[in-house]
Amino acid sequence: MSAGASRPIATGRSATGMPTGRLGVWWVIASEIVIFGGLLGSYVMYRLAHDAFAEQAAHTNTWIGAFNTFVLLTSSLSAVLAHTAAEEGNGRKAARFLYYTMAGGAVFIIVKAFEWTNEIQHGFTIASSTFWSFYYTAAGIHAAHVIAGVIIMGIVAQTAKKNLELQRVELIGLYWHFVDIVWIFLFPLLYIAK
Amino acid sequence: MADHAPHSDAHDGHDHAAHAEHTHHPNYVKIWAILLGLLVVSVAGPFVGIKAVTLITAFGVAIVKAYLVVKNFMHIDLAAKVVTYLVLTMVLFMLLFFAGTAPDVMESHGSNWTKPSWVAGTAHPAAPAAGHGHEEKH
Repeated sequence: MSAGASRPIATGRSATGMPTGRLGVWWVIASEIVIFGGLLGSYVMYRLAHDAFAEQAAHTNTWIGAFNTFVLLTSSLSAVLAHTAAEEGNGRKAARFLYYTMAGGAVFIIVKAFEWTNEIQHGFTIASSTFWSFYYTAAGIHAAHVIAGVIIMGIVAQTAKKNLELQRVELIGLYWHFVDIVWIFLFPLLYIAK
Repeated sequence: MADHAPHSDAHDGHDHAAHAEHTHHPNYVKIWAILLGLLVVSVAGPFVGIKAVTLITAFGVAIVKAYLVVKNFMHIDLAAKVVTYLVLTMVLFMLLFFAGTAPDVMESHGSNWTKPSWVAGTAHPAAPAAGHGHEEKH
């Protein structure tokens, strides 16, 4: 087997001139844009057509949303610092920054769990109204992406720690930044526009 | 395998150290600080009490924040052009979806159709036909 044939497909170059792994992640992100875009676009239509949405949105806690935004923005910083460390060939440092990012994701989910528990206890469930259906669906799908990102990041960090497969650090970082961007738009829609 | 794909596609194949020497990184901490500043602006906007200001500080700032993340953290400007075209195409699809669907959702009348008054939210809850009598809160 030639040396080229033994290379993982993710590091081979695609017809576009970029590593296949990176192209694959950008395809995932492109697909996610229409998934979240459809959801958020529908929300905007209803929000503009029905003032009652604003009344329901008044029950969401802006400070919790802002705190979670701070957490995700900070986790994006550590993700990009992990990428820089991987570029320098420092796998241990990259893994450490990935662990920080994972911690940010965990904090985000824990805060969200408390937030939802409080809202459900106050009677705001997914079946309460169209607003709350959107709220739990959009934030829930986003939270599922955060959880998936944390799990994948854990796997990437394990190999990065051994200075292996460092190209993956960039790839999981791209995904994580996209998840951050989705929240950047969810935050004003669900917590600010009241 | 310790192979790593650096930011710029033009540099693929170089090792990490060589790449690190000639790739200019933005100051990530500075970008992060700007993002936090914008977060403060978006939270403070509604306290002004003017709807237009809230819209700008909420959604205008969100667009700026997203741009900063895409450019500086995702390095889209250093990736192959096809990535930018791919992302913009998907955003265009999203806008097409909005433009094609919004008239049905947001308007009560069109050229060849009218929306039942109970759907438009303009009628009393008693108006719906049998089997659709539940009132939906928005």
